[in-house]
Amino acid sequence: MKGRRISLGTAEGEAIVSKEPIGFYGGIDAKTGIVIEKGHELEGKCVKDKILVFPRGKGSTVGSYVIYGLKMNGVAPKAIINKETETIVATGVILAGIPCIDKIDIENIKTGDRLKVDADKGIVEKLK
Amino acid sequence: MYLTREEESILNGEKGEVYEKVFRLLVRLGDIYGADKMIQVGSVQVAGVSYKSIGDPGRDFLEDFAEKGAKVKVLTFLNPAGMDMENWKELGFPEDFAENQIRIMNAFKKMGIVVTATCTPYLAGNLPRFGEHIAWSESSAVSFSNSVIGARTNREGGPSALAAALCGVTPNYGLHLDENRKPNILINVDAELKSNSDFGALGYHVGKLVKNKIPYFKGIKNANTDNLKALGAAMAASGAVALYHAENLTPEAKIMEIKGLENIDVTSKEIKETYEKLNTGKDADIVILGCPHASLREIATVAEKLRGKKLSKPLWICTSKAMKETSTIMGYTDIIEKAGGKIVCDTCMVVSPIEKMGYKTTGVNSGKAANYLPGFCKQNVVFNNIDELIKGVM
Repeated sequence: MKGRRISLGTAEGEAIVSKEPIGFYGGIDAKTGIVIEKGHELEGKCVKDKILVFPRGKGSTVGSYVIYGLKMNGVAPKAIINKETETIVATGVILAGIPCIDKIDIENIKTGDRLKVDADKGIVEKLK
Repeated sequence: MYLTREEESILNGEKGEVYEKVFRLLVRLGDIYGADKMIQVGSVQVAGVSYKSIGDPGRDFLEDFAEKGAKVKVLTFLNPAGMDMENWKELGFPEDFAENQIRIMNAFKKMGIVVTATCTPYLAGNLPRFGEHIAWSESSAVSFSNSVIGARTNREGGPSALAAALCGVTPNYGLHLDENRKPNILINVDAELKSNSDFGALGYHVGKLVKNKIPYFKGIKNANTDNLKALGAAMAASGAVALYHAENLTPEAKIMEIKGLENIDVTSKEIKETYEKLNTGKDADIVILGCPHASLREIATVAEKLRGKKLSKPLWICTSKAMKETSTIMGYTDIIEKAGGKIVCDTCMVVSPIEKMGYKTTGVNSGKAANYLPGFCKQNVVFNNIDELIKGVM
């Protein structure tokens, strides 16, 4: 699958997919990488070292700093894949240096899929 | 997007990790919004200053950048912090909050940012010219500089403004371009506007209706910069208005075409209904003026009303350090303090933790404050003009 490069880098890992948007500020704990938003479909799950797949960001712009905090604390996802990366997530992944691609048909990705992300080329590959 | 050779080299990491990151951020934002190139900015105002809003993640980020040697290229001011940086103790701000807020300010200072924390930088020493490209953040300051001064800025987030300050450029899109500054809705005002709270009520009402459109006002007979500041602030808060034009009052109004625009009438009936809507409480525990930060004229007005009087409840006037200095020289600060009021600098009611300081009902004359206080600070609101508010705490 080919998309748009938001933040460069490459990664390989297991997908964790949310059909709902993610608000990082108040939504994911920057110290643990665990989703804490009440009622969110990923509540209680950890994003550390996963390929985090979701349609787009939402909520407070402070979310950018939370993404940066996840990276600093060593609990960030290895890469992020979006349908449409808005400014909160774009800002966060670029500052944190987390590879990120958008304009990907994320309906084709399921939690547990092994993915290879080449954000330098804007390519996501499903591995067997 | 077209990049110069020098810009390409920043992106390739030749100026180091920090500049590579922040420049990449500007390029990506430019891509997302369809910018053709970077343009130089004359000044910057960075938001995301209060510890209450950015918390530990923001503090850590800023300290990390400062530590790595990031330095701004252009005149850069800050949005209000979460407390008065000098008199926080006597005003009752919590100690642990203060400690974090001081760390944040030190990080900004290390980057060369002027730690004048105000939503009215144009009154405190950061005044752009007509047509100048700038990268400002705070919504009322964005509205004032675009509308009243005729400078050009999008509403920047904290990191994108910081990136613009470090690189001295911003992507060329949105309100930097002529074609995006045209009005797309006409507001016919048929009401007498006597106070800043009247202008705030008008702004609140119109912002709700037009959301992120660019309104063109007809029928506002006269307005000083304090009135326009109140109008723009309320519209930016209840809607997302970053630019407005007002016939005979703002610089770009006369070059704008208004034929054929959708029309909305606002009369004193709507203004009165807005007052009713914004009043969610009775009997304020505290009156807070200066949202956006009070001008010297506003401080002088309040001082005149308080001369020789005694207040029964606290009254704060939020402003910038620059205004307070002059107010003190003129004796206004003394009059206000003798009456039991306080001039509070560097912060505002919306970003300071007033709900943790025991206040439940706040009296304001600002449509913007009335919009935010119930949500951000869990306050009931008394919304009125200064005379009525002061009467309530005499």
